[in-house]
Amino acid sequence: MATEEHGEGGGLVFHPLDQFKISPLFGDGPIAWYTPTNVTLWMGIAVLAVIALFVLGTRGREIIPSRVQSVAEMMYGFIYKMVEDVTGHDGAKYFPYIFTLFVFILFTNYLGLLPMSFTPTSHIAVTAVLGFGVFIAVTLLGFYKNGAHFLGLFWMTDAPLILRPVIALIEVISYFVRPVSHSIRLAGNIMAGHAVIKVFAGFAVIAAIAPVSIAAIVAIYGLEVLVAGIQAYVFTILTCVYLKDALHPGH
Amino acid sequence: MEGDIAQMGQFIGAGLAAIGSGAAAIGVGHVAGNFLAGALRNPSAAGSQTATLFIGLAFAEALGIFSFLVALLLMFAVG
Repeated sequence: MATEEHGEGGGLVFHPLDQFKISPLFGDGPIAWYTPTNVTLWMGIAVLAVIALFVLGTRGREIIPSRVQSVAEMMYGFIYKMVEDVTGHDGAKYFPYIFTLFVFILFTNYLGLLPMSFTPTSHIAVTAVLGFGVFIAVTLLGFYKNGAHFLGLFWMTDAPLILRPVIALIEVISYFVRPVSHSIRLAGNIMAGHAVIKVFAGFAVIAAIAPVSIAAIVAIYGLEVLVAGIQAYVFTILTCVYLKDALHPGH
Repeated sequence: MEGDIAQMGQFIGAGLAAIGSGAAAIGVGHVAGNFLAGALRNPSAAGSQTATLFIGLAFAEALGIFSFLVALLLMFAVG
């Protein structure tokens, strides 16, 4: 069923989800945890691109920034302001972690938009590591900073006493769904967008609707450029919100 | 014959799960529309609320993505 082939015209036969196949870089043996795959390759390229922008680009530290340096400074300033706005002044300490998440997701998303490339963030395995990393870090930080007061996040003292256990139950459930939704949101958005492009590419074989389908690919590609940036932003801002809950569980 | 009915169930289920994506679309439109309505009444306060806008959009959208995921799982991962 999953091997059903598209393209009635006989040319171009592929499946919209084939692009997410993980394959080893060398040979095609079984994939173990240490096997270098295309995921490894594209994550490595993303890291190199980040290094090129932020380490090499800002190496000069000029007073009047060069073009590369001002891009790096703009991204830094944008995220720093967001962290400070959402988590307050004492959250700015955790800015390096949040900024790392942001640039990594942004660069993997945008590199994945290149034709023939691979998007590591389209895999829930990758985003789950990021999402659960945030969840575990924030939970530990909350208990470390506030001790048992952190549980006040679930026990609403301004609600009527009868409702409090019910609200606490709902809050606990929503707290534990956070890492799941956090990671699935990113992976799902990226995967859905790339799959839709491939679905329209499948229609392009049929001559009668090919122009429409190609125009649709262009339009959706534009949307995907937008989504790639917005999802990186959303992931980061939700990290900030969770961090704020851990630092100030009272309100 | 049995396999055919199971496959039909899969496809019908995937189609039903896709309704959730439409519902999420209504939710996202509601968030964005209300933000715009509020922003046009008080443009000076709009800039400071874009973060809230994106958080609201993300929460509304996540549930649509969940249903999309259920549809994908039914289509490709089950059976």
